[in-house]
Amino acid sequence: MADVLTAAALFILAATAVALFRVLRSGVVAERMMAVQLLGTGGAAALLLLGSASGSAAASDVALLLALFAAFSCVAFVIGAAEPEAEPDPPEERP
Amino acid sequence: MSAVLGIVTIVLVTAGAVLFLAGTLGLLRFPDTLSRLHAISKADNLGLGLIVLGLLPQAASVTGGLKLICVWLLAQLSAATASQLLGRAVYRGRREP
Repeated sequence: MADVLTAAALFILAATAVALFRVLRSGVVAERMMAVQLLGTGGAAALLLLGSASGSAAASDVALLLALFAAFSCVAFVIGAAEPEAEPDPPEERP
Repeated sequence: MSAVLGIVTIVLVTAGAVLFLAGTLGLLRFPDTLSRLHAISKADNLGLGLIVLGLLPQAASVTGGLKLICVWLLAQLSAATASQLLGRAVYRGRREP
C-alpha cells in the first residue's frame, strides 16, 4: 500500500513540476502567481500521500501550512498588483 | 475488510492523480491566462479532494482523518478566493491597456 501512495505522490510532483516549468516561463505576472497556487496544492497533496505512506501524522500539518502560505501569497500579490490599476479611493478629506 | 479499504484508497488516489495530470495538461494547452486559471483550479479542488478521500481509510486516528479533511477545506476555500482575485486582477489589467 505504501508504495502505491509513494508512486502517486511522485507522479503528482512530476505533474506539478511540468506545470510549474510551463507557467514560470510565461511573461504574465498573474501566471507566475498561479505557479504558487499550483505548488501549494500539488505540494500539499504529495505531502499528504507521503505522510500517509510513511505513517507520520505530522505531514498533514505541514500540508495545512503549505496550503495556507499559497493562499496568503496569492492574496498579497493581488493586493499589491491591483493597487495601481484599481479605482482610486474617493479622498475623504475633501470638505 | 482492510483489502476493500485498500482498493478504495488505490482507486481514489489514482483518480486524484489523474485529475492533477488533467489540470497540468489543461494548463499546458489552454490559450489564455483565464482559461489556464480555470484548469489549475480543477486540479486544486477535485484532485486534492479525491486524494484526501482516498487517504481517509488509511488515516491512523479519527483526528488524523479530520485533519485531512481540514486540509482539503482550507485548500478549497483558499483556492477559490485566490483564483477569484487573480482572475479579477488579470481581467482588470486587460481592460486598461
